Amino acid sequence: MALLEVENVHTYYGNIHALKGVSLTVNEGEIVTLIGANGAGKSTMLKTISGLLRPREGTIRLAGEEMSHYKAHEIVGKGVVQVPEGRKIFGRLTVTENLEMGAFSKVDGAAIAEDMQRVFALFPRLKERRHQLGGTLSGGEQQMLATGRGLMARPRVLLMDEPSMGLAPILVQSIFATLQQLHRAGTTILLVEQNARIALQVADRGYVIQTGEVILSDTAENLRRNEMVRKAYLGIS
Amino acid sequence: MAKSNWLGAIRLGLIGGVIAVLVALVGMVEVFGERDIVAGVISMGQTLLVLTVLLVGYITASRTAGSQRLVGVASGALAGLLTSAMLVVLLLIGKAVNLRPVLINASPVLYKILTFGQDTGTGVLILLALGLVIGVVAGIIHWLPPRVRGAVIAGLLLVGLIGLLQDLLRVTLAPFPEVSKAVAWMFGSKGQKGLSVAGAIVVFTVVAAVSYLWAAQGNNLQRRVRALPPSGQRAVRWGSLALAFAMLLVWPQVAGPYLSDVSNQVGLFILAGLGLNIVVGFAGLLDLGYVAFFAIGAYVMGVMTTTGGEIATNFQWTFWEALPVAVGASVLMGVILGIPVLKMRGDYLAIVTLGFGEIIRILAISDFLKPYEGGSLGIVLVGKPTLGSLVMETPQSLYYLIFAGCLLAVFISWRLRDSRVGRAWKAMREDEDVAQAMGMNLVTTKLLAFATGAAFSGLAGAIFAAKLSTVYPHSFTLLYSINVLSLIIVGGMGSLPGVFVGALVLVGLPELLREFSEYRLLMYGALLIVMMLTRPEGFWPEATHRREFHEEEAVVEPVPSSAPAP
Ligand SMILES: Nc1ncnc2c1ncn2[C@@H]1O[C@H](COP(=O)(O)OP(=O)(O)OP(=O)(O)O)[C@@H](O)[C@H]1O
Ligand SMILES: [Mg+2]
Repeated sequence: MALLEVENVHTYYGNIHALKGVSLTVNEGEIVTLIGANGAGKSTMLKTISGLLRPREGTIRLAGEEMSHYKAHEIVGKGVVQVPEGRKIFGRLTVTENLEMGAFSKVDGAAIAEDMQRVFALFPRLKERRHQLGGTLSGGEQQMLATGRGLMARPRVLLMDEPSMGLAPILVQSIFATLQQLHRAGTTILLVEQNARIALQVADRGYVIQTGEVILSDTAENLRRNEMVRKAYLGIS
Repeated sequence: MAKSNWLGAIRLGLIGGVIAVLVALVGMVEVFGERDIVAGVISMGQTLLVLTVLLVGYITASRTAGSQRLVGVASGALAGLLTSAMLVVLLLIGKAVNLRPVLINASPVLYKILTFGQDTGTGVLILLALGLVIGVVAGIIHWLPPRVRGAVIAGLLLVGLIGLLQDLLRVTLAPFPEVSKAVAWMFGSKGQKGLSVAGAIVVFTVVAAVSYLWAAQGNNLQRRVRALPPSGQRAVRWGSLALAFAMLLVWPQVAGPYLSDVSNQVGLFILAGLGLNIVVGFAGLLDLGYVAFFAIGAYVMGVMTTTGGEIATNFQWTFWEALPVAVGASVLMGVILGIPVLKMRGDYLAIVTLGFGEIIRILAISDFLKPYEGGSLGIVLVGKPTLGSLVMETPQSLYYLIFAGCLLAVFISWRLRDSRVGRAWKAMREDEDVAQAMGMNLVTTKLLAFATGAAFSGLAGAIFAAKLSTVYPHSFTLLYSINVLSLIIVGGMGSLPGVFVGALVLVGLPELLREFSEYRLLMYGALLIVMMLTRPEGFWPEATHRREFHEEEAVVEPVPSSAPAP
């Protein structure tokens, strides 16, 4: 049984039909990527999983448990944690305070302190800047902070929305190196990316989504070789 | 460089002139001219003008701080001269044309004050000369070494303050014969208003000397405290808290009934302010209808305890029986009014809550509810709080009740701020969507903020009703909500000490200066504008807000850079 199972999900914004029966699965310990053009519905999928949007139809299960009747904050408690598109860190709080907010669903102080050390080990740059205001960090540092904040909740599934957005190639490399590091440590990740090339390098499997529908799903390796993917998403003819 | 100095001085001088003319034309110079700060030498009205010139001169001098000192003094003088020149312009125009049909305060009395009772020509000369001299003085004050400067400013401020509060001092100190003798000497003969010249000089010298010595010793002391181990520092902190506590406990005994009553009004605003501080300061929910909960607390207290008047209810409970009901009703209303606005933010929330406040007031005044709560006639004979056989009637005894209420509210606020709920409020204030994505339950978090705020305000309202013995709908206007909001803005959003500072400045001071109440709102507005320009984070800001407004000063710990940036 997969850890996360999304089955035939339909999500609407008013009468805009944004997801038209999407199904996907993420197994324990996997990195699965969701690629697609602008407006394909990737962010909508993540928001639906994390409970910020309600599907009108379909089911979402975590380890077999039906999730769609839980509220957003309860879903965080269940271990599904989203690192939102555009980072959305707390600009007026310090790095440390931002991380503490990430651990809001946890109560054990010692465990929180331990998690924070782990995040600092993963991103030494954040440790250097722990007293700095989130809003004054560079874009790359903000992405590290947003990721670290997500990890503070000890996710069973980490939902990452376009971590490469607006970053220089070298920073993109380093963020994805971190994702691989997390992957080796056993974290399960559902990764949304426009940068299909790099997403397919780190992922185990992938789904291609187009105007609210999954049009292709396969292992990352096969997707990299797929003619259509090469043309439309990797820019190789 | 030099040229921009002079341009700056001219600009500031003209700004100062506009302020001085405005102060004169709103009638403050004339009205306050009847009250002397130093008898026969300077009235309060003149002090306002002198203060304007001093400030302008000082700011001008400090702007030129980089260059030579003499340049600073000279530009201070120029600014002072220009400020008084603007008054001269007002004077000359006023003498030539009758301005009164438009500006009713442009009266002969004002001109007489501005010309010092001389004819126009001499008056103008004196005015210009004074502007110049005061500008020079301001420049020189800025030139002084910091410690001396501090001493001079403290001396001047205290002379002004004593002159301002003279009646109060005379009355309060009357029961202490030795002190009051000294005070009587300071104020010269009985009939005269204001400090005597000798008194002013003595006050200035003593205060300046004390402040000078304190500046030296105080630094020393601070250094020594900082050198203490953490446990010692904590002891010092608790010690000073205990001292402040003890002083607050004996205060009404020393202060007498009038000052105690003023303290009580301040205390009730602190109580309400602490509540709104949770809603607006902690949780970031701009509530403009805060008066609703104050009104409900007061009305429930009134209805439950009244023993007379026109209304049909006949509970006649005691204060202590009614208190929990009053607070509970406010909390309930906080939740009920909170539910419909759960999805609203910012401006929309402000407008809707403003409407709620008005609805409650209009309901209170309506004929519809008149049989139950008196309508426009209000409720009379509200029960007094008792403690054993003691009926708390005097301002002094009520003080302790309000004090206890404030203590409780401070304690709850302080514990909540550092709790899980406090963190959720903070996150919600920053970004509701992300807060939710961090696992915070927005519904309970918001309702908890509204409920706690309403509880404090309801408590304040209940005590307010018992203190006055009456409840009238006209006490519960929008102005009350605005007052409470202003005091937490002035003190510093989200800051607990800030609520105290704000209440003292915005409620305490105007109460003490009642005779100038005509200008209360004007000063309110001026203070708020100046605050927003110079110190938007408030007098005693909370850490997050201080950081926000002084980002460039944000502490970045110098850590030996480890691993190069990835
Ligand atoms: N709040 C909203 N109201 C109405 N329509 C919306 C809303 N948010 C998204 N949409 C629409 O839903 C569709 C999917 O949007 P979504 O944000 O999921 O795209 P995406 O795949 O994440 O794109 P990108 O790569 O540009 O982030 C788009 O057509 C978008 O215009
Ligand atoms: Mg998106």
